Amino acid sequence: MRARVLLSLLAVALVAAPFVVSGYLVSVLIVALYFAYVGQAWNIMMGFAGQLSLGHALYVGLGAYTAAALFVQSGVPPWLGLIAAIIVAMAFAAAIGFLAFRFGISGVYFALLTIAFAEFTRIGFDHFGWVGASAGLFLPVSQRSGSDLLALRGTPTMFYYVILALAAGAFALSRWLLTSRIGFYWMAIREDQDAAQALGIDTFRYKLAAVVVSAAMTSIAGVFFAFYYNNLFPEQIFSIGRSIEIILGPIIGGLGTLFGPVLGAFVLQLLAEALREGVSALGLEIPGLTQVFYGVCLLVVVMFLPNGVWPPIARRLRL
Amino acid sequence: MLIGHPPRPAIAMTFDLVLNVAAAGILTGLVYGLMALGLSVIFGVTRIVNFAHGEMMTAAMYGAVLLFATVKLDPLLAAIPIGAALAVFGYALQSAVINPFIDRPEHSQFMLMVAVAIVLVNGLLMIFGPNAQNVMVGYAFDSYQLGPLLIDATRAYAGAAALLVAGLLFAFFRFARLGKAIRACADNQFGAAVVGLPVKRLYALTFALGSACLGVAGCLLVLMIDVSPPLGPAMTLLAFVIVIVGGLGSMTGALVGGVLIGLSEALAGLVVPPSAKSMVSFAILILVLLFRPQGLVGRRA
Repeated sequence: MRARVLLSLLAVALVAAPFVVSGYLVSVLIVALYFAYVGQAWNIMMGFAGQLSLGHALYVGLGAYTAAALFVQSGVPPWLGLIAAIIVAMAFAAAIGFLAFRFGISGVYFALLTIAFAEFTRIGFDHFGWVGASAGLFLPVSQRSGSDLLALRGTPTMFYYVILALAAGAFALSRWLLTSRIGFYWMAIREDQDAAQALGIDTFRYKLAAVVVSAAMTSIAGVFFAFYYNNLFPEQIFSIGRSIEIILGPIIGGLGTLFGPVLGAFVLQLLAEALREGVSALGLEIPGLTQVFYGVCLLVVVMFLPNGVWPPIARRLRL
Repeated sequence: MLIGHPPRPAIAMTFDLVLNVAAAGILTGLVYGLMALGLSVIFGVTRIVNFAHGEMMTAAMYGAVLLFATVKLDPLLAAIPIGAALAVFGYALQSAVINPFIDRPEHSQFMLMVAVAIVLVNGLLMIFGPNAQNVMVGYAFDSYQLGPLLIDATRAYAGAAALLVAGLLFAFFRFARLGKAIRACADNQFGAAVVGLPVKRLYALTFALGSACLGVAGCLLVLMIDVSPPLGPAMTLLAFVIVIVGGLGSMTGALVGGVLIGLSEALAGLVVPPSAKSMVSFAILILVLLFRPQGLVGRRA
């Protein structure tokens, strides 16, 4: 009941936000919602099924590049490109998951394998002429007064509602998954894979499912990224730093929880933005400061709140 | 025979060229191997995967740049104070931050080290800025002629020094009482505690030793390549590639893996653009992970 009320209040606040706050704050909220969304997607793989991916930027990049390249090179509309992006990401995820789980790779080796595939792909895209290689891929920005949702071209407010819908959808999907049969299988695998296997759960199949679902969701974020920012560089989108940014929200918020990724993303992005603003108000520009702040947040949370920020709050609110 | 500042003879794409590139790759690989040795020793004993490895080495490289810029200290000599400084840092890091995490879940340890890495690399970015820096020693353009081989002096010294330090570390674990005690902890943490070994102190000491290797490796590497903050994560990845190819936790494996990766990157540089070189290492990593996850030298756990 309390959770329902909280959720409704949050929903109303977020839907109303663009009417109330400034354009600048809307852009900050877009970034926060973006990270809430990808965090939720990553959380399915790690928080639910216990498979640590440190290379999730791979799926963002694949999604972004597939839809953007189809759009730029052949004029394929973004929503069709989205389907292609999801298929490409799922195919990659299935291949990686298949290889890793078939060969019994887990723990640190699995995490390193995800990094290796992401890095491999990054360098590959750096030399992939059709998508602009390291010089980048640019989407034409047409000046429009209105918003065209079908062409994914429009004002920041339109993008705000798109990413809000995505984040809400991911939240709902995660919530449904958590109480479904597959969710219980995942949690059994997360807690003790051998025991899960002994109980007759096809661990190979369900781990693979977690990777593929998570990758599919993440690739959608990539398409959003491409059409919102209009430029793509392999160096940026596939870099390991991006993968780390994706996982900060859920870890700081609370791994495996529904609200954790959302809370983590908002707290982190809003604080980081406040920090950036504060520093630039002092007339300074310090590259790396935001990341140091992220690192310190992560360090403090991992050391003193190993389950994240959300669980203690949830207890306090008696949710 | 030492040739001072010769104009480089143009070498055609011949067997000689391949041989020269291979020799350079092996020498660089020895330094890579020393760096990876640090990671391997730390993992072999404490089971901690040091995600801040490359970042720590990048800090050491900046230390060497600073010492050279201020007091003209040759990086080969700077390796001693910087190795010591990193050892102190490693000891402090393990005893203050990591030891409480020994019994925590694996992903929790990863996150801890990832956090340390983020803080380190961006701290370096804040202090030194994004531009690449280097050390121009007097012998930067010298080279030795060995039959058909023309070997850079910097690379030769670095490779030899790396081999020397690795040898010292091997001897320490083989013969010194302390080294044996650390090996006992690695074999059986509980058993070591039962016979009265101060496990956590030995862990901290191991981290210090691994970090010292790293400090030396950083000083040697700065003779060969420029340093900039993004080198940190790249080197962490490289160290992982090497230890996994060689076998995580195996000391010989780390050196062999280092030489192998150094060699293959150098040879790959002959056929693909330089920026694509590391693709070869990642391809090797993926293949090794899939078909021989215990590494080329390692035993199956």
